[in-house]
Amino acid sequence: MRTVRRGLARGLIELRQAFSGSELVSQLLWPVLTLVAVFFYRDREFRHTGIRLGGLVLPGVLGMFVALGMVLVIQYLTVEREDGTLLRARATPHGIRAYFLGKLVTTSGCVVAYLAILLVPGAFMVDGLRLGSASSWFTLAWVLLLGLVATQSAGAALGALVSSPRAAGLITLPVMAVISVSGVFYPVTALPGWLQDVAQVFPVYWLGLGMRSALLPDAMATVELHQSWRHLETFGVLGAWAVAGLVLAPVVLRRMARRESGARVAAYREKALQRIG
Amino acid sequence: MSREVVIEVDDLRMRYGTTEVLRGVTFRAHRGEVLAMLGPNGAGKTTTIEILEGFRTRSGGRVDVLGADPARGGEAWRARVGIVLQSWRDHGKWRVGELLAHLGSYYPRPWDPAELITAVGLAEHAGRKVRTLSGGQRRRLDVAIGMVGRPELLFLDEPTTGFDPEARREFHELVLGLSRTEGTTIMLTTHDLAEAEKLADRIVILDGGRIVADGTASELAERIAGEDEVAWTLGGRRHVRSTRDATRFVRALFEEHGDAVEALAVRPSSLEDTYLSLVRRAEETV
Repeated sequence: MRTVRRGLARGLIELRQAFSGSELVSQLLWPVLTLVAVFFYRDREFRHTGIRLGGLVLPGVLGMFVALGMVLVIQYLTVEREDGTLLRARATPHGIRAYFLGKLVTTSGCVVAYLAILLVPGAFMVDGLRLGSASSWFTLAWVLLLGLVATQSAGAALGALVSSPRAAGLITLPVMAVISVSGVFYPVTALPGWLQDVAQVFPVYWLGLGMRSALLPDAMATVELHQSWRHLETFGVLGAWAVAGLVLAPVVLRRMARRESGARVAAYREKALQRIG
Repeated sequence: MSREVVIEVDDLRMRYGTTEVLRGVTFRAHRGEVLAMLGPNGAGKTTTIEILEGFRTRSGGRVDVLGADPARGGEAWRARVGIVLQSWRDHGKWRVGELLAHLGSYYPRPWDPAELITAVGLAEHAGRKVRTLSGGQRRRLDVAIGMVGRPELLFLDEPTTGFDPEARREFHELVLGLSRTEGTTIMLTTHDLAEAEKLADRIVILDGGRIVADGTASELAERIAGEDEVAWTLGGRRHVRSTRDATRFVRALFEEHGDAVEALAVRPSSLEDTYLSLVRRAEETV
């Protein structure tokens, strides 16, 4: 219980740091750019259906930002393993568990903040969002919760396997590729069948779908695959990722933490300084 | 000496692949003692201390730290051990006071953060972000973090590497002060003999993966007869000679040359010479 409290304290302190001073600019950059993009093609029509893209894209974008939590976790883990944060946690009693918990709190807090930054102005830009009903908020809540667990535990497992912050930079490439086929900015039905199949393996598509199902009127489901919101499938796929992540992450994280030592951090440092100098 | 044994290392061995880094290291540290492990670079000091810290798994031998095997020391054991890590840029966005208060919350009876910050001389920097501290200030913070849980045993691995003489002196005073007021057992590694001599109650010298000497600074100087250095001028030429028995050498010198010997100087063997000759001897026997 104390570990939970310390992890929470850690997470909140780092969340405050992430949104203060000069950090704020880089935090706002992507959500704001995304909003600008949504603003400019909000009125375009999708395939003569009379459905305007703005309404389709905004919820999909929310889903994408939830999925980006995975990239955040990978970056945190690789950077903080190299700079010795993780070793400090290892030198502290119950430190490792509080550290990971804190990371999940920070990342989830960042994601929720992004969603608010997108949704609040977005709701004024885009017509037809269903924000008044309790059922939309309920759907949004479970999709969000499952999505946070699925993407961040998977991110933690991946982050433990990635050797350095440079390698973590490379991992964002396949993530971007997955996002681009996941129907975030344009309905996935416009893609060839095999790409649709690929998209449905990863959480991004389901997060987008879940967010659309929460925020759009039911009639809009006609644009989706199988003309349905497929809540059961959404729950199944996101749940499977969450379970896999929760099983795998502690094992690989423990293995990663066990390897850290002063000599290793000194070696990381040497390598990093050589690259700079 | 009947004081409680805090660290007991017996025939410690470590192999990386086929390379043997530690070949049977044996020593003890007692409660309240400052123990320095001295040795040239590559002697195995960091490996030894990381095994004692529980960060590395040994290949063989027996290790007991505060009554437990560090490889299996649980979280309660961890709370009794302080480790001064060489920080680089971790927790850069945290404020000094905030970080110490947070890390203190993991321990049953931590230092009061404000009191600890004053003790390490960072009082006026408590509100600053860690990444804005100078190198010397960061190392003070490292010591404070190592001390925050009031550990019974504190580890420092090469604590003053890269320090200028002034920062080194301040750091030594800080460590000595803490050991005196808190009664903390301290084990540090260093390749700097003067540092070991200044800080340590007892010195163990590690070379080639073995302990080649163990004792107080003066015991070490005595036990291993070093060579004194005799210098003199004869007929306008300067001579320098090393000898095990300076008295006999000088008498012989006068018998041979009488008053022609000028500007005679005898420099008795220092601990530094002892250290060097020890390391040389150990390397010859390997």
